[in-house]
Amino acid sequence: MDITSILNIPPYSLDKKEKRDLLNSCCQELSRYHYDNCDLYRKMMDAVGFDVEEDTDYTAIPFLPVRLFKEFELKSISDEEVVKTMTSSGTSGQSVSKIYLDRDTSANQTRALTKIVSSFIGTKRVPMLILDSSNVIKDRNMFSARGAGILGFSMFGSKKIYALDDEMNLNVPLIRDFLEEHKGETIFLFGFTFMVWQHFYKKLQETGYRPDLSNGILIHGGGWKKLLSEKVSSVDFKQSLNDVCGIPVNHIHDYYGMVEQTGTIYMECECGHLHAPAFSDVLVRRANDFSLSEFGEKGLLEVVSILLHSYPGHVLLTEDEGVILGEDDCPCGRKGKYFRIEGRIKNAEIRGCSDTYAARF
Amino acid sequence: MRKSADVVIRMQQGSENIKLLFPDRIDWDVWRSQRSDVPYSEDVISFLDELSNALLHDKNARSYPDVMTFAFFCRRANIMKCKEQTAIKELRLGRGVLFHIAPSNVPINFAFSLVAGLLAGNRNVVRVSSKEFPQVDLIVNHLKSFSETNRWPSVLQRIALVQYERDDQATSFFSSFCQVRIIWGGDATINQIRKSQIQARSFDVTFADRYSIAAFNANEMSDESLSSLASSFYNDTYLFDQNACSAPHLVVWLGSAKNIETVRPIFWKTLHDIVKEKYNFQPVMSVDKLAAFYRQAVSMPMKRVETEDNLLVRVRLDNLSESIEDYKCTGGYFSEYIADNLDEVAKIVNNKYQTLAYYGFKKEDLEEFVSRNQLLGIDRIVPIGATTDFSFVWDGYDLIRTLSRVITIK
Repeated sequence: MDITSILNIPPYSLDKKEKRDLLNSCCQELSRYHYDNCDLYRKMMDAVGFDVEEDTDYTAIPFLPVRLFKEFELKSISDEEVVKTMTSSGTSGQSVSKIYLDRDTSANQTRALTKIVSSFIGTKRVPMLILDSSNVIKDRNMFSARGAGILGFSMFGSKKIYALDDEMNLNVPLIRDFLEEHKGETIFLFGFTFMVWQHFYKKLQETGYRPDLSNGILIHGGGWKKLLSEKVSSVDFKQSLNDVCGIPVNHIHDYYGMVEQTGTIYMECECGHLHAPAFSDVLVRRANDFSLSEFGEKGLLEVVSILLHSYPGHVLLTEDEGVILGEDDCPCGRKGKYFRIEGRIKNAEIRGCSDTYAARF
Repeated sequence: MRKSADVVIRMQQGSENIKLLFPDRIDWDVWRSQRSDVPYSEDVISFLDELSNALLHDKNARSYPDVMTFAFFCRRANIMKCKEQTAIKELRLGRGVLFHIAPSNVPINFAFSLVAGLLAGNRNVVRVSSKEFPQVDLIVNHLKSFSETNRWPSVLQRIALVQYERDDQATSFFSSFCQVRIIWGGDATINQIRKSQIQARSFDVTFADRYSIAAFNANEMSDESLSSLASSFYNDTYLFDQNACSAPHLVVWLGSAKNIETVRPIFWKTLHDIVKEKYNFQPVMSVDKLAAFYRQAVSMPMKRVETEDNLLVRVRLDNLSESIEDYKCTGGYFSEYIADNLDEVAKIVNNKYQTLAYYGFKKEDLEEFVSRNQLLGIDRIVPIGATTDFSFVWDGYDLIRTLSRVITIK
């Protein structure tokens, strides 16, 4: 099946059998392609003893740890074909992932994202309220996953405004005029989970300003680490937002995604479950031996995407832990696997005479 | 007047971040102006023997095998044996003040470093890890109870145990008056500490990042010996997460192909059983090992050896690359190579190599191996199971001699 027909598959329409067939045929082809076109990938597969010529179930394809993208330039295209290099967010001093995209891969990622998001906010562009400051895309030093995320999702907005000013304060007059102008229309809100909480929810609570966002749909991502430290659960998050702006709790959607597999994001449905779309899959593995966990059993998350042509990132082992909750039977009606993220895996506590954290000295 | 005097005192004490674990109070000016002692003085030996006794009879200490090992090490009989081995004939005195920077992840190491400093005749400022370890508290408590009952004041006054988080000011303060600075903790720590100057005549004894290997002679390995051998090897490696500088990362097999084929799988299987039973495997280690494997795979031809799970990861090398030392991982990750003879290994040995752990070789053959190949590295060759045994000769330094000075009289 060619990539265009694949991208025309409604993202949550394939059942277990159909999806497995699709993933198997695409992933085998991708493994062969990357084996032939990426020197480093070939050496890795040779060392692990993986024969790309054999037909292998996609769950048996060796997974690369995502951190390898921080250390190596993994790409299956020539330098001339690179149209975009994506980098992961990372605090200063940390190394960042470098992801090389060619025209096709980049376009396919955008198309996949469009299909996925459309199934939540509709296929028509709608007025968009970005819950961040425009600084985040202006300032090149800050340009990171946050900026890339905003730019990526901006294509769903007809008219766009930034809810926060340069000092990260709510721009109340601007929001008020915007909502007045688009009264009765669906409003698409987008932001990073912690920013939404810190600079939107908290500011609304503080200022007493209560915009009417009962027509709003919020998509947010970026992780719960900071909110968990404030003991804010997903349920609290939704209810609190509903309290201050009337946005329906079932119109608030978290998503899980990473720069190493841009586009194929995992959206949270009305039931609070993250869903794998037709173009990608999640597997959960036991750390002990990398065998597949049962549904309901926590383990390391592996992500599989069939869109990646420019670099060998089609089968990756993340450093996040998660739980598969079920497949094809989420009450929301979407097919495919649905799951929950349990957070990042803990760093090792290592004994021995070589200090592991020299920064302590 | 009063105010400025306070300021002066505070400056003398180096930094407000320094927590004094022992003794309760200290005037650094007075403390550092004490005299040095001769190596292996009777006072220190008796003090260590009494400390050993106290620890061996302390119920709380029994659950810490590392404290027990330390206690046994400090017994008079063992110290006398060390004294005999050191065999000092010349006139020596301690160099003065030693500033020890202990590693952050080995709780008991500070105590061995301190003992070496005391036996060489010095005053010792020991910076212990800023992490909390019960092993440290145990030893500190015994020192305190000695102090309260006025036991061994002449020795105790030569001990200062301090603790502080990363603080260059504190490090600079102790560096400014020490004669020798002993830096454990590897390259990154050494580079950090070296930003603080020491006096012109002072010097550093550094314990840098090292690489260690093991060699097995399959011809000498029997089914009966494998179980205890695997258990010893476990102590060499997993016991300290394969992160001790002496822990082997490369395993070289020698002997007939037939013998290797027979004993090798049994050895790893036996080791794996022990690991499964004893080792606290942390989930992230599986990712660490997988990443290490792929990292190594891009730089040298190699094959993954099938193992039962991630507790033990084995890599088969077809040839020995000089860069092998760059590809190691903690928590049970081994590269393996079958060699025709030990001399093959000599080619890759550089000065980063510390310990060669062996089984099934004669001491004479090993001596011959070292001199014939004029090795650039390897400071110690010890039987499997003995890699972490502390000795006053460590990393190629004879600590008692290094930490004392010779006085010649003609």
